[in-house]
This record gives sequence, C-alpha cells and structure tokens, in this order.
Amino acid sequence: MKNYAHFKIFFLVFTFLSFYLVTTDTHAAAGEQKRVEKHEWTFSGVFGHYDNAQLQRGFQVYKEVCSSCHSMNYVYFRNLAEEGGPGFTPEEVKVIASEYTVIDGPDDFGEMFEREGKASDNFPSPYSNINEARASNGGAYPPDFSVLAKARSTERGFPWWFVDLFTGYQEQGVDYIYSLLNGYKEVPEDFKLQDGMHYNEYYPGNQIAMGQPIYDDSVEYADGTNATIKQMAEDVSAFMMWAAEPKLEIRKKMGFKVAIFLFVLAGLLYYSKKKIWSRIEH
Amino acid sequence: MSKESTYIPRNGFAKWFDQRLPLPRMLHDNISAFPTPRNLNYWYTFGGILTFCLVTQILTGIVLAMHYTADAGLAFASVEHIMRNVNYGWLIRYIHAVGASMFFLAVYVHMFRGLYYGSYKAPREILWILGVIIYLLMVITAFMGYVLPWGQMSFWGATVITNLFSVIPVVGTTITEWLWGGFAVDNATLKRFFSLHYLMPFMIFGVVILHIWALHVTGNNNPVGISVKDKQDTVPFAPYYTVKDALSLVCFLILFVWFIFFNPNILGHTDNYIMADPLVTPAHIVPEWYLLPFYAILRAIPSKLGGVLVMGAAIAVLFIVPWLDTSKVRSATFRPLYKQFYWIFLVNCVALGYLGSQNPEGLFLVASRICTAYYFIHFLIVMPVLGLVEKPRPIPESITKAVLEKLEIKNSKEEAKA
Repeated sequence: MKNYAHFKIFFLVFTFLSFYLVTTDTHAAAGEQKRVEKHEWTFSGVFGHYDNAQLQRGFQVYKEVCSSCHSMNYVYFRNLAEEGGPGFTPEEVKVIASEYTVIDGPDDFGEMFEREGKASDNFPSPYSNINEARASNGGAYPPDFSVLAKARSTERGFPWWFVDLFTGYQEQGVDYIYSLLNGYKEVPEDFKLQDGMHYNEYYPGNQIAMGQPIYDDSVEYADGTNATIKQMAEDVSAFMMWAAEPKLEIRKKMGFKVAIFLFVLAGLLYYSKKKIWSRIEH
Repeated sequence: MSKESTYIPRNGFAKWFDQRLPLPRMLHDNISAFPTPRNLNYWYTFGGILTFCLVTQILTGIVLAMHYTADAGLAFASVEHIMRNVNYGWLIRYIHAVGASMFFLAVYVHMFRGLYYGSYKAPREILWILGVIIYLLMVITAFMGYVLPWGQMSFWGATVITNLFSVIPVVGTTITEWLWGGFAVDNATLKRFFSLHYLMPFMIFGVVILHIWALHVTGNNNPVGISVKDKQDTVPFAPYYTVKDALSLVCFLILFVWFIFFNPNILGHTDNYIMADPLVTPAHIVPEWYLLPFYAILRAIPSKLGGVLVMGAAIAVLFIVPWLDTSKVRSATFRPLYKQFYWIFLVNCVALGYLGSQNPEGLFLVASRICTAYYFIHFLIVMPVLGLVEKPRPIPESITKAVLEKLEIKNSKEEAKA
C-alpha cells in the first residue's frame, strides 16, 4: 500500500518538474520582450478597492493626454459618480460632462446639432469612425479604453498560471499597461526600427505604433501630486482598470459576505451530517 | 422505479391525488426512500453537484438572453451593457461564465469517479452511455456559448472548429457553408449558435432525466463495486444522502464563489475582451481549458482529416468502454494493476490538457503525440488485457461487511494510538 503512495508522489513531482523545465526553457529562448513585473495595486486581492484620489488623477491623465486618440465608448459620464469609482459628486460630473461637445439629433428639421455633454452621455470618440482614426495615426487604430485593461495579458508560464488560480491575480492587464508606459527606451544599436514605429521593451516585437504618450509633467495634477512618468503611468493604469471593471469593488465586497455565509452553512451541514450518520455504522 | 412502492398516502387528499396522478409516490420512492448503498464516499456527490450546475446555467442563461443581442455588430456591446448597466448583470454573467468551467470540473470528477469504480460495467452500460451523450452535448453547448460574446477568441475559435468539417471528402465544403449560413463565420453563424446554445441545455436536461432513470433502475454502484444484496446494505436517500450531497455542494460552491467574485476572468482568454475582427488573427487560438486535451489530440496528428478523426475517436471510444474492460471486478480498489494504470491515465489526460495550451512544435509536439497514443493504448490495449491477466484482491462478501471491516481496522488503529 505504502509503495503506491510513494509511486504516486514521485510521479506527480516528476511531471510538475518536467513541465516547469520545458516551459521556462522556451521562455528564455523567446527572449526579446521583457517580462512584465507584478506591481502593487490597491484593488488587488480579496479586500481590493480603488483609491479615489488615484482614479481622479488617472482620469485627468486620460482626459488631457490619452483621450485625444483613444475612445472609451462603453463608459458614461454618470459612471464617474457611481459607487466604487473615482468618487466625483453628481454636480462635479455635470460640470465634467458639460466641458465635452456631443453630437445629437436629428432635430425637428432633420439636422444634427452640437450640444454640451450630459451625465447620461458616453465619452465621445475623438474620431468619427475607425478609418478616420487609422488615417490620423499612420494606419494604426488606437484601441478603445473601455475594456482594454481586461483585454491585455502577460505570459505567466508554469507554475504561475496554476498559482494564480488560487491567489486571485487578476491584474495582468494593468501590470502590462503600466510596464508599457514605462517601457519606452532608446533604440538599441543593432535593432532595426521601421518607419513611424517606436521602441518599447514590453511590446511584443518591441515595435509599437504609439509614440511615448507621457513625459514628466505632461499634466499638472489638480491635487498637487508630482507628475512623474511613473506616477502618471500608475494613475492612468488604475483608471483603466476601473473603466474595464467598474463593479470590482462591489463584487469583492459582496463576495466576502457570500463566502462567510457559505462557510457558516458548510459548518452547520457538517455537524448535521455527522449527527445523522451517527445513527448507523459507517 | 421497478421496485415495489413504499409510499403510504398520509390523508384523504393525498390518497385521492395518488389515484389520479401518483407524482408524490414517484418522488417518495425515487428521492426520499430510494435505497442507496451505505458506503458511498464524497466522489459520489458530484451527480447532485452537476444537477445544480445545469440548473444554474439554465437560470442565469435565461436572464442573460433577456439582455443579450445576437448580432455580429451589437453582441460585444450588449455583453458590456450587461456588465455595466443591467442590475447585477456582472454577477449573472460571471456566474454563467465561471459556471461553465465549474460544470466541466464537476463532470470530469464524475467521469473519472466512474472509471475508477467501474461504474460503467454491467448492468450500468446504458447509464454510462447516456452520461457520455450528456458530456458530448455539454461540449457542443459550451463551444457555442463561447462564441456568443463575439470577441476575438469567439470568432477565431468558431472559425477553427467549423473549418474542421471541411476536411470531410466531397461534401465537406457544403457542410461547412451550411453550418455557417454563408461563406465565412459571420452574423448568420452567430445567430444560429445563439439559438442552438439556448436549445441544447434543454436537450441535456432531457438526457439527464434518462440518466437518472437508468440509475434508479440499476441502483448506485459503490466504492467496493459489489451489488446490493439485502436491506442492510442500503440507507434511504433522505436524510443520509441529502445531507451528504448538500455538504459537498456547499464546499463546491465555496470554490465556485472564489472564482465568481475574486478571479472571474482567469479561466477565460483575455483576447475575448477584444471585439471580433476577421482581419486580425490572434497569435494563439486556444479553446477553453476544458477542451484543451482534445485540442492537443487534434493537433498531434500530422494530417488534418486524420486529426479530426482521431479527435472524434477520443470521445467515441468512451461509448464502448463497458465492453473494452474485460475484468469482472468493478472497483479499482481490488484491482492492483488497473489502479496504477488509472493514475497514469489521469496524469496523461492532464498532460494532454497542458499540451493543448502550447504551440504544437518541438518537444511539445513529440509529447502530445506520445500522450495521444497513450490515451488510446489505455482504452484499447490496457483495459482489455488487464482484465485477462490481472489477479484481483479478495472481494468482501457484502457492502455491509466491507463497511464493518473498515470500521474495525480504523478502531483498532485508534486503540493502538491510545
């Protein structure tokens, strides 16, 4: 009997180890693209929550820098005042929305017209269609921000993809975006960069169409925070995570309550089961 | 259902009702009083868990269908609408998406339980075959469901899988275009996948009823794999197994809830948050984790037609397992050799799953060929041969004897400790 157990353990360890060796080997060979580091976020983990001030700063970066090329179609101004968001008041949101111009219509005469944005509007796109966006950006389409933080990932490799299942690591996307914004470097001498492309350590293939979007002091933060590249990259990444997953905070809070309920229920059922089964030998 | 009824109507109305529609009698005989072997372990609670999963998927699916738009131009946005604007839409969608993975996790436990304890052997062949049919329907339903959000993986997954039919000689292209409703995966494909994705769970539900019916004709198998001999060997389903199933379900729900609330996107592919674009092919097209072993088998074969046939055979072989296993002994507990091969087979399946997630080149391709070959060797050679050469360990006289023996060993061990 004991021999079986040894055999099984040996077999499992052997299999895991060979997986690990095989996968790490190929990653080393792939080389070029720098591996994204895990960053500390307030919204990671079981008790994760957004930092209001950070989201407001991130919104400022989006508004003043990113939004000139990147749309955010599924996000509405009203979302800015909702629970678990940047924490603007409804009045502030009205003011923010009114700074945008929105095309509405047709009116009673069949004409489209421009008006001030309202809280119930979504963020207007900088371009009227994809073709215009491509034409203005050398053929590359600046992706929509709404779910971008969930649409990007980092190669984790074995055994991390397995460990991630039980640590709840869901920040691959923001980690990548944060790294990317910090990843603009001088072109290495032996590297052939195509026309109109930019060198980035973290982008697959190291050639990205987007030029470095933020430099030190690109924005002047309303709350007086020192606007370094790192700071802005962190803030706007956090903002993008919120845009992609606006219910994250509500979700994690509810999950904690549900889990406690289930643990208590499991305990009660455990003792009920014990009591009922004590009636017969088993 | 073929056993004698033990139902006694409690009052006049119950008697009146029973003579007209013996529904309470059926429920009593098949649930409350159903004689169940007294030695079932927790691996036997996954049937109940699977029923829960099916009902959860159907209920959340009905609500999602109220808000979802099956149109190539609108589907992606309608899913985001559910996530952002529908009350608790995010919760319902995450339950449904994670629920699919949990459903497959449970069904794999259930199937491997069956393989370990020989639950497919006479007289339970039909029960097993119905189970394989349910699994096959689940695979098709899950595949179609994954297409509905109309993300990049949805689109390209649908393209890869529907294209498999094009390898059929002569009529392949015709069949593929008939499936698409056009000349490529497009709006018509999405619409029919939605329609079928809504229909098939109800077909699964129907086969589940047959599955339970077949179970209640033969009765449960059990960990020692010997048939029930007298009343002593069984306990009524309620309250013994209702409470055991409930406890197991709640523990399973804790895992379920972990993924829904704290890790909802890890089981899916991030590319599916990019809207489908027929002009951009993703770097790696991979199915969801639960289909990876079959994907590995498909890509292990150098010819396209061969790959499709071998992948089909990987599921088809499950149908004839009851006749491939030549051993008269059901439970692996008493089969020292089969037990070892069982674990090797399990590891082989996990390895196939991993290989399915990797590019089929170099070492990975070699490994997936070896694992694919072993998958079939297990069923077609190991199973039939073992039954003939293996010498099983002595089998207990009855379920009750087995339970009491085990109890004695446990007690004497505790005494020795004290």
